[in-house]
Amino acid sequence: MQKTVSLTVNGKPATATVEGRTLLVQLLREILGLTGTHVGCDTSQCGACVVHVDGEAVKSCTLLAVQAEGRNILTIEGVATGDTLHPMQEAFRDNHALQCGFCTPGMVMSALDLVKNNPNPSEREIREYLEGNLCRCTGYHNIVLAIKAGADAMRGAAPAAAE
Amino acid sequence: MYEFDYTRPTSLDDAAGGLRDADAKLVAGGMTLIPTLKMRLAKPSQLIDLGAIPGLKGISEDGDTIVIGAMTRHAEVNRSAVVKRAIPALAALAGMIGDPAVRNRGTIGGSIANNDPAADYPAAVVGLNAIVRTNKREIAADSFFTGLFETALGDGEIVTGVRFPKPQAANYQKFKNPASRYAIVGVFVARTAGGVRVAVTGAGACVFRVPAMEAALARSFTPDAIKDIAIPDTDLNSDIHASAEYRAHLVGVMARRAVAACA
Amino acid sequence: MPSIGTPVRRREDYRFLTGQGTYTDDINRPGQLHAYILRSPHANARINAIDTSAAKTAPGVVAVFTGADMAADGIGGLPCGWLINSKDGSPMKEPAHPVLVTDRVRHVGDHVAVVLAESLAQARDAAEKIAVDYAVEPAVVDVAAALQPGAPQVWPAEAPGNVCYDWHLGDGAAVDAAFATAAKIVKLDLVNNRLIPNAMEPRAAIGEFNRATGEHTLYTTSQNPHVIRLLMGAFVLHIPEARLRVVAPDVGGGFGSKIYHYAEEAIVTWAAPKVRRPVKWTAERSESFMSDAHGRDHVTHVELALDAGAKFLALKVSTIANMGAYLSTFATCIPTYLYGTLLAGTYTTPAVYVETKAVFTHTVPVDAYRGAGRPEATFLLERIVDLAADELGLDPGELRRRNFVAADAFPYQTPVALQYDSGDYQTTLRMAQEAAGYAGFEARRQEAARRGKLRGIGIATYIEACGIAPSAVVGSLGARAGLFESAAVRVHPTGSVTILTGSHSHGQGHETTFAQLVSDGLGIPIESIEIVHGDTAKIPYGMGTYGSRSIAVGGSAIVKAMDKVIAKGRKIAAHLLEASEADVEFKDGAFTVAGTDRSKTLGEVALTAYVPHNFPHDELEPGLDETAFYDPKNFTFPSGAHIAEVEIDPDTGHLTVINFTASDDFGRIINPMIVAGQVHGGLAQGIGQALLEGCVYDKATGQLLTGSYNDYAMPRADDLPNFALSTHVTLCTHNPLGVKGCGEAGAIGAPAAIANAIVDALKPLGVRHVEMPATPEKLWRVIQEHKAPLAAE
Repeated sequence: MQKTVSLTVNGKPATATVEGRTLLVQLLREILGLTGTHVGCDTSQCGACVVHVDGEAVKSCTLLAVQAEGRNILTIEGVATGDTLHPMQEAFRDNHALQCGFCTPGMVMSALDLVKNNPNPSEREIREYLEGNLCRCTGYHNIVLAIKAGADAMRGAAPAAAE
Repeated sequence: MYEFDYTRPTSLDDAAGGLRDADAKLVAGGMTLIPTLKMRLAKPSQLIDLGAIPGLKGISEDGDTIVIGAMTRHAEVNRSAVVKRAIPALAALAGMIGDPAVRNRGTIGGSIANNDPAADYPAAVVGLNAIVRTNKREIAADSFFTGLFETALGDGEIVTGVRFPKPQAANYQKFKNPASRYAIVGVFVARTAGGVRVAVTGAGACVFRVPAMEAALARSFTPDAIKDIAIPDTDLNSDIHASAEYRAHLVGVMARRAVAACA
Repeated sequence: MPSIGTPVRRREDYRFLTGQGTYTDDINRPGQLHAYILRSPHANARINAIDTSAAKTAPGVVAVFTGADMAADGIGGLPCGWLINSKDGSPMKEPAHPVLVTDRVRHVGDHVAVVLAESLAQARDAAEKIAVDYAVEPAVVDVAAALQPGAPQVWPAEAPGNVCYDWHLGDGAAVDAAFATAAKIVKLDLVNNRLIPNAMEPRAAIGEFNRATGEHTLYTTSQNPHVIRLLMGAFVLHIPEARLRVVAPDVGGGFGSKIYHYAEEAIVTWAAPKVRRPVKWTAERSESFMSDAHGRDHVTHVELALDAGAKFLALKVSTIANMGAYLSTFATCIPTYLYGTLLAGTYTTPAVYVETKAVFTHTVPVDAYRGAGRPEATFLLERIVDLAADELGLDPGELRRRNFVAADAFPYQTPVALQYDSGDYQTTLRMAQEAAGYAGFEARRQEAARRGKLRGIGIATYIEACGIAPSAVVGSLGARAGLFESAAVRVHPTGSVTILTGSHSHGQGHETTFAQLVSDGLGIPIESIEIVHGDTAKIPYGMGTYGSRSIAVGGSAIVKAMDKVIAKGRKIAAHLLEASEADVEFKDGAFTVAGTDRSKTLGEVALTAYVPHNFPHDELEPGLDETAFYDPKNFTFPSGAHIAEVEIDPDTGHLTVINFTASDDFGRIINPMIVAGQVHGGLAQGIGQALLEGCVYDKATGQLLTGSYNDYAMPRADDLPNFALSTHVTLCTHNPLGVKGCGEAGAIGAPAAIANAIVDALKPLGVRHVEMPATPEKLWRVIQEHKAPLAAE
């Protein structure tokens, strides 16, 4: 059964024809060509596919494309302003919080969701918040530092001394 | 996934009508159903999305109870000032379900209607002696969860909300599966006007109460009161993460910790 | 200012942080079909018949192929890259490794058929219509069971008794003699748990055929595209290298699992010309669990003999190693030459004997996973040393100190073939102990005990052999490949530089560290340097990235090529400056006549090389583009000391890693930020092995019970502590950079450090050993069995 779905992606309207079973991540990657959102598992655990739906972090592998009708989607491609990285992206780079880069888009989208709800998270809160994002490269150490630094930058606070 | 028809009704009656198709399935947050469909473990003819039906969302205080709409998401319960004040254990439990992105989509109605043996909400619903509201009736917690992935919901019946009585004190302790982070054992202990209730999830095929602990705690609401109560492991789950014996042991530990945390 | 040694921010990050990386699954070729592999649901079954007729007519299906179709085309099997000979001199048993099976499946996930359709969903729908008539037979999944009489046979004719080889190394007579005189003998049985690598990017492959040029192209998630081109072209599909291009674009982690040539690569490359369309396959994670090569899986008995002064006299090791159902590309060298040769560790043990029996089982093939053989060696060695310390009543640090190879004893020849070139084990252990507050630990143990918790501290030291490897040496040991690396330094006419490297980067940050090397070497800004890797059409050759070899071997190849560029540039500059070549020196990006201010920049020299109007044509060819191949003279030997501190809740068995300290010697460090990141990641995987990860097969049915993240416990952020790292440098003596490599250290040291900390925590109960992963239930049971004297609450 083909359905037409209309939504806003990174500020721009998009319309596509999908099957009922088409996932949002398939719509983004395969139809809209936004391949920054990744698929790392098939059991909704790894978090590589996290995007924001109406401002909230959602696993785009666990939402049907048709369920995104009329919604406002933000993907990793929409986070930077032009060529200028978002402070959270900048913090990931400064803290070497990525290696192979595959989990990174989901990590950044989750980090932004965390900071929206908790502008000054503690190390423990960051670690617990990342329950739904797997990384195999970094051991999370630098991701935690980056999210802390990114949150500081977003609040306009002075960055903590580098470790 | 197998292909299916997708509908998004705007009334409960229309949704219930769709269920006349025996192969139709309701989808609330979809956090269990969609992964199940992706693994091709279910083949519904149509998915009936409850997301557009008005009146199923929200949290309200109603006298001695808190009413949570079926489509209210875990993140909303976790962050609700009303729930945090009236039943902090429930808000905390909602914050232990899945992960943040899952909590942004998953709903209380979906969780209890699915009745996964390792889900968290059933422990709170039973532990707090809540009432499950459907489009047809109200069902007491003790009769709602009937078995492994089984509930008292009849044909065409849809959960619309849950009414939780405010307890005097309550706490939920969860021992997580290191892989899935579901409950290996979760114990919800509540001291209420009607007595003490101890509800266990994760350990068996379905949430269950521990009458011996409830009786002991009614006499003395202290961890020591239940330290010698052994849970038989005969009917408990056993898998590569936890044997029945270990689960039985953890029920005792989690129950004592929950009682201690209530104080 | 030199770039080497500074934490230059990674140049690759911008594209990854903005979603502009290009991983294999991000690539879509015009007209591509989607492949779905039908996999075996059984561990061991005869295939009586496969009926694909219904699938072939399903919507969207273009073709369905089985092993019979491949056999009809004369397609070969997947080759194994290393021949191991048994004790008796006989070669290992090397059964066929079909791309698609024909008559039998040998593990859950084995490749039965492929469906090509317009969409992946259609291909998967159609795969369900393939009727396979299986006659299921008993399976064997664990190595001890596989060696029992009457065990199900994986290869009854080819490998009777399930034995692939029975190998040994070392002087058994000397070991026996030493044991006869020993004052103390310590014995231990242990298991090195089977792991599933789980790079976050699932494997993917796209095959394409250009009818006009006759060129095949394979895009694949590989750590070594040239190796895939060689293996697939020469042994499987019989395509000459000149017509086969293999591209490994951005790759989302490998950890060993993307070294090997996999069936799916051959399937899509073979199928594309048959259907005249590109063919794309991407693994679902569930498929990764049952088709990516697994790691570890050893069962070992170890004995250590000591003299009255607690000096190690001899070590005797007997291991059974799981190969899985087929021999993966490098499977056979892991439990032999990457394992037995490391059993001297950091110690002066004069006699070592090791024997390894490699065994076939009905499981996914096992091959190198981060560390590959060295974590297994380190785990048993550091466990038995700790046990010896405990039985002798010595501090584990002190026992190690008494037996370390001294810092002035290098080069040091071990009794198991390796010659260590440099190291300083006393210093790394001292640094780790100081950083970990080792001396003050007992107070923390007591404080924890007052809270009802069991606290322990554990040391592991390690040595690893990296920079694999001198080709002549490995060739004499059975390797069927050379293990050099290549690099080309292409100086463009206006002075910018492209480096073509055979080392593939899939998270290691080569685009940054290699640029740092070149920036310092040629005296030009990093911005003028591009690092290119991962495409056989662009790179001269490459043996790829594994075994912590990139900087030691690939980096050395770049240095060698730069030396050639500078040598030629000096000649050109001498000509331009009308000076003697011997008087021209190269420094800070310019060729200068010594003692004068007459000089030419690299850019000026390059322009002359490409616009050779005034050029020494009699002596030189135009151009400034040099290729070098570097074959290492020896392995490199990173080493270090890791210390874990853990706390166990005796009521539940729940363990918390309180802190983890690592002091490592990686030789010269190019980018300390990237090195720290490599250590962090390795530690996480090592701690994962110790506490969380373990592949479980059902012993009766051979079903994979840990087939998803619901059951295979991956380390998450809240499972891990912050890591306290430090480094101490002793230079590698035989490569031009003095580098040793850092990629695997964390995964090698951490399991033993954690295991030793656990046993230390449980020491008051008399516990000698706990198997990995030390899950909460396992710890709770051990505590129960040893009758915890601590109060329950």
